[in-house]
Amino acid sequence: MRNPIGKKVVDIKPSGIRKFFDIVLETEGAISLGVGEPDFDTPWHIRDEGIYSLEKGRTFYTSNSGLKELRTEISNYIQRTQGVSYDPIKEVFVTVGGSEAIDLALRAMVDEGDEVLIPQPSYVSYEPCAILADAVPVIIELKEENQFRLTAQEVLDKVTDKTKILVLPFPNNPTGAIMEKEDLEAIAKVVIEKDLYVISDEIYGELTYSGKHVSIVSLPGMKERTILINGFSKAYAMTGWRLGYACGPQVIMEQMVKIHQFAIMCAPTTSQYAAVEALRNGDDDVLMMKEQYNHRRRFLLSEFERIGLPCFEPYGAFYVFPCIKKFGMTSDEFCTRLLKEEKLAVVPGTAFGDCGEGYIRVSYAYSLENLKAAMERLERFISKL
Amino acid sequence: MSTREEILGIIEKNSRIDVHELSVLLGADELLVANELKSLEDEGIICGYHTMIDWSKTDIEKVNALIEVKVTPQRGLGFDSIAERIYKYPEVTSVYLMSGGFDLMVILEGKTLQEVASFVSNKLSTLETVLSTATHFILKKYKDHGTILAKKYEDTREIVSP
Repeated sequence: MRNPIGKKVVDIKPSGIRKFFDIVLETEGAISLGVGEPDFDTPWHIRDEGIYSLEKGRTFYTSNSGLKELRTEISNYIQRTQGVSYDPIKEVFVTVGGSEAIDLALRAMVDEGDEVLIPQPSYVSYEPCAILADAVPVIIELKEENQFRLTAQEVLDKVTDKTKILVLPFPNNPTGAIMEKEDLEAIAKVVIEKDLYVISDEIYGELTYSGKHVSIVSLPGMKERTILINGFSKAYAMTGWRLGYACGPQVIMEQMVKIHQFAIMCAPTTSQYAAVEALRNGDDDVLMMKEQYNHRRRFLLSEFERIGLPCFEPYGAFYVFPCIKKFGMTSDEFCTRLLKEEKLAVVPGTAFGDCGEGYIRVSYAYSLENLKAAMERLERFISKL
Repeated sequence: MSTREEILGIIEKNSRIDVHELSVLLGADELLVANELKSLEDEGIICGYHTMIDWSKTDIEKVNALIEVKVTPQRGLGFDSIAERIYKYPEVTSVYLMSGGFDLMVILEGKTLQEVASFVSNKLSTLETVLSTATHFILKKYKDHGTILAKKYEDTREIVSP
């Protein structure tokens, strides 16, 4: 028989988080701080709207781009948070999670051999998606001394004639780093100068703990060259609903929707009705969850300081990214031993790129009680080293 | 949000939290938090640090009842003096002045149905200003003080990557 598998797919490495979780599953009594999804239930009024839509018999496809009602709410949301207006019909469309939007944006925009700049450590999907789109991923290694923010110089160092896209993954998973307005202004200047496009993944935008999240699309000249990606998973604790969206120039959106209509048809209808409610009446829920996350973030940072684990202060997402270099182990060794000896699971920084070596990702999408128990284990582990 | 509001937000859910931890969660100075707590107590804004107990899970029998009470307000005193006469009974856990079809909502805790019944007939109904009462027994508490008693939180998130 012929080899059934295509070479391009085989060569893609499986996610490093996956490998680690397989061990976690086998460890009895393990506490995990590994999960990357909110521990809150979707607020009831949002679930209720989903149920109500089912009761009313809203069980058909929506238009390929998504419910007009929802696209209008998305457009309103960006207007009120970023002061940028998107045409809900031509410049906004609804996807199956932010992750579909990342895939589509890359596929719609690159030709074979185009280079895509991907800052790392970051979410694990950008690189494989770029490869699947026949682009060449070019990694930018973010540095702790810059609080894992992206600098203009780092972009300039990697730009070539072939560079077409810069992926902007902030607030960042796994570091929790954010980009403030001044940071973005410096990047925008380079982007315009080098005629690049930006894929800005702002799925954690609402979870910003110092001031308000600033999107690069709010800077002059950037709306025209940015695909803004966001979704409902993190802000509204709606991971299982699989709903995200992309906003950007009509010419790009048209091509993305083309792929979307052939591959997906449309995002889940029930989820779209629920999401309308989330955007209309969900602000207080976001605020409540954000406050809880912020308490946990402060708690973890204070605990790290107490037990002697160096960590820069992250202001976004729900992760902290402490440095374990002083223990003379690789991230993988550290995490494996921590799991084996203290039954505590965190994710090695290397799962998010080679430059994550020397760091671990600790998620605080867990209750304070859970985090307290976990910190006792971490302290015991570190004191033995 | 002010520190004061934030403190109240946390302590309403967890009265056992200590000043140090409170200051960590709020990212505020410990002394400041301690002072704020003290003045919240002094001002009577924090009125107590109680424990929520689901008595139905113990062997101890408790009967709770809500009683709607209609009364005649007294000249010059309104509802306050009659409310006071009622809330002084130790078996009364709450008394609220209500809008709508009746005047006072009295929440009562007793050991047995009979005990509650006799309180209503012997003590409450016999008060001069009480016109009528309607007693409702609580059969099951699903949620109390924002806490769901019916079921425990379970982490059902599945392993997923990325």
